[in-house]
Amino acid sequence: MTDTATAPAPGGGPAPVAEAIGVGKRFGATVALRDARIAVAAGEAHALVGRNGAGKSTLVSLLTGLQRPDTGGLRFSGEPAPAFGDIDAWRSRVACVYQRSTIIPGLTVAENLFLNRQSAGPLRPIRWRQLRRRAEELLGEYGVDVDPAARAGELTVEQRQFVEIARALSFGARFIVLDEPTAKLDARGIARLFDKLRDLRRQGVAFLFISHHLQEVYDLCTTVTVYRDATHILTAPVAEVGHQALVEAMTGETATATDAPAAGPPAAGATGLPTARAGDPAPTAPGTLLTIEDLTLPGACRDLSLAVRAGEVVGLAGAAASGHVRVGEAVAGLHRAEAGRITVDGRAVRTGSVPSALAAGVGLVPEDRHLQGLVHHRSVAENATLTVTGQLGPFGTVLPARTRVFAQRMIRDLDIKTPGAATLVSALSGGNQQKVVVARALATDPRVLVAVRPTNGVDVRSKEFLLRRIRQVADGGKAALIVSDELDDLRVCDRVVVMFHGRVVAEFDRGWRDEQVVAAVEGVAGRAPTSATGVSDTAEHGR
Amino acid sequence: MSATTDVTDPTANVARKDAEGTRRGLDLGRFRELSLIPAILVLGLIGFIVSPAFLTGDNLIGVAQQSTELSLLVLATALILICGRMDLSLESTIGVAPVVAVWLVLPTSGARFTGLGLLPEWTAVPLCLLVGVVIGAVNGFLILKLRLNGFIVTLGMLTMLRGLQVALSEGQSIVELPSSFTYLGKASWWGAPAAIWICVVLFALGSAALAWLRHGRALYAIGGNAEAARTAGIRVDRIVWVVLILGSLLAAFAGILYSGHYGSISATQGSGWIFQVFAATVIGGVSLNGGKGSVFGALTGVLTLQLVVNVMTLAGVPPLWNQFLNGAIIIVALIISRFASGEKQE
Repeated sequence: MTDTATAPAPGGGPAPVAEAIGVGKRFGATVALRDARIAVAAGEAHALVGRNGAGKSTLVSLLTGLQRPDTGGLRFSGEPAPAFGDIDAWRSRVACVYQRSTIIPGLTVAENLFLNRQSAGPLRPIRWRQLRRRAEELLGEYGVDVDPAARAGELTVEQRQFVEIARALSFGARFIVLDEPTAKLDARGIARLFDKLRDLRRQGVAFLFISHHLQEVYDLCTTVTVYRDATHILTAPVAEVGHQALVEAMTGETATATDAPAAGPPAAGATGLPTARAGDPAPTAPGTLLTIEDLTLPGACRDLSLAVRAGEVVGLAGAAASGHVRVGEAVAGLHRAEAGRITVDGRAVRTGSVPSALAAGVGLVPEDRHLQGLVHHRSVAENATLTVTGQLGPFGTVLPARTRVFAQRMIRDLDIKTPGAATLVSALSGGNQQKVVVARALATDPRVLVAVRPTNGVDVRSKEFLLRRIRQVADGGKAALIVSDELDDLRVCDRVVVMFHGRVVAEFDRGWRDEQVVAAVEGVAGRAPTSATGVSDTAEHGR
Repeated sequence: MSATTDVTDPTANVARKDAEGTRRGLDLGRFRELSLIPAILVLGLIGFIVSPAFLTGDNLIGVAQQSTELSLLVLATALILICGRMDLSLESTIGVAPVVAVWLVLPTSGARFTGLGLLPEWTAVPLCLLVGVVIGAVNGFLILKLRLNGFIVTLGMLTMLRGLQVALSEGQSIVELPSSFTYLGKASWWGAPAAIWICVVLFALGSAALAWLRHGRALYAIGGNAEAARTAGIRVDRIVWVVLILGSLLAAFAGILYSGHYGSISATQGSGWIFQVFAATVIGGVSLNGGKGSVFGALTGVLTLQLVVNVMTLAGVPPLWNQFLNGAIIIVALIISRFASGEKQE
């Protein structure tokens, strides 16, 4: 992961491939960017980091010509930006892989690659055979091994991303914006993506890499720019900015100062994330709250057993195809088990029944807050109380006053930054939306909290807060299961159980080292390493 | 470039394996739009058993001619649904466009229906098509520029246009039509009604455009993921607008064929058709959510529905039961196409 030095040194051309000078953008009353700047040199891997709402996405939409800056200007390789709306000209200068997939699942890979330019002219018929051949050539050029005749919807997430990158670069741009490309990938997929990106850099392609994972920035990038509150804060070579300094630049405060976990030294390094307290006595409470026995889920796991005691936070780690997310969701009643049983505090839960799981006292923070978590057009209050409508009034009624009071309590409890309980949840930033999802899970006062990737796509501060809140749940005598492959998430756990291909392959008590867990997740710890290559072909599990 | 491929080598086998799997899936997918063909064959067999009159040229041509107007609406609906929209007002356009055109050209006196006599009679056909274009353009303006809900806009339009037709025609059928207007619906070319030939050509054009033209493929992209289509440089709104206009134009044209076929513009022309049109389109494999389906599939949907009606008539089913059976058949056909194609209809 340190071959960034092998890339050709930038500076071939004096002018940066892309440059924004003093750009500003407002949306109504909100200032999205104020006098911001960035310059990406040719062949450079440039990271752009900042908390949610710092203006990163706005900058991307300006750089890619989707929106017009109110003030300031853009230059590409020293020349002024093309006219607004001249899509072809923009795309020959800057390529972009958006946060949301822009692959159309019903069409073939070849057609996706050449969408809207399948033929030479609007009235020329499309020659399908030739199109497929062109697609093959293009994919070959970037070393992407995907069948152009395959339906795009059937590719894995990572293959789809490669296709998007190939498409973005096929317009001739030597500069590509990657907006959180790793959000939906597992560790193995990320490694392959990074390999690909390094290859492209060797070919002279420059990147603007946007990510919430600072480790990725250190792994891949040479320069980092930090935005905060819609303005530029700093630009510096990655090697010169320490982890702590970076977090400080993003948050505008010293990370360890205000509300770091009172108990416990920041053993996880300078991130300020809460960790399992090393000094604690091992939770010996006899009450096992969650027991999974011989659970078999079709396509996800076989004969899996796991127990979580009261006061314990257990991490369930694994690669995307390992089935760990399925197991977590099964505990919450989302999937029916083929065999085995799940008991909460001695009481059996009917698998595949969410009401049964709720009644038994299971709370779930689902994996994808947009798909499974939030009702976007409803208020924060309604979203936060979705699981407890039964308690909000007599005889099946939902009293607005009680809803409001309840929601206000959750807003205070989770420190949700919202103008009010009646605000639409879609108006909140990503981190606060995630807090609403967590609020909903906690609203029932669950005895077992299952959190699937609880910090997915949230900024450093919110991440810290959410993990600490989960820790508190366990400290209150409940049990928590964090299903994640995010090392930061796993650090709060008392125990980390690693799944590989539907089986538990390793278990770590506190004090594990990063590489141990990563190795187990990748399936290289103690097991036949030959099976490791098979991981990625299992299509993305879940839905 | 060899260095690049080295890096991805572990994935290579995997990807290839994937690709083989998808290739097989794709082949099946190619036949998906033919899923109703067996149903049509079975219907033919039943028809043959039920009545010797079924498998005669006259009967089959009659079925085909009766399907023409409906199938043009189905063609329009298929295009609109594929790009993820709906237009309910088509069923009123088929009636109001001819009435407006005729109203503008017929003389002010002398017949039971008096028009304005503003324009020469030969302009009736172009006028009718123009009315279709205007209706589509207005729908597009309301849906795409004002961002109103398309379902309700076209529902309002359906009622409004039906009302306009009733007001202009005073609720009566118009029988005094210019000869140019009735020609296409009446004429016979090469031994079959002209309307059939025209329909075949229009369906072929539609199929070809969706298969081989960029803008045709754009409909699938828009229906599949409009945001992605936009980032790919497709002018989403413009294309949807054109499709809406095209749809209304087809409906107006269907109105011309219908009027010519029956020699008059009936006051209820097209009334209640939209249910059948949607049913036929969805049975034919077009998704209500957009992005999926084909024009040919939609055509098999219409033919299935029409054949069922024909077979029932020949079998002597009492006409009073027709409505009930029609509904039942839509549901049965939907179930058949659901399992024949193996795809969920959402």
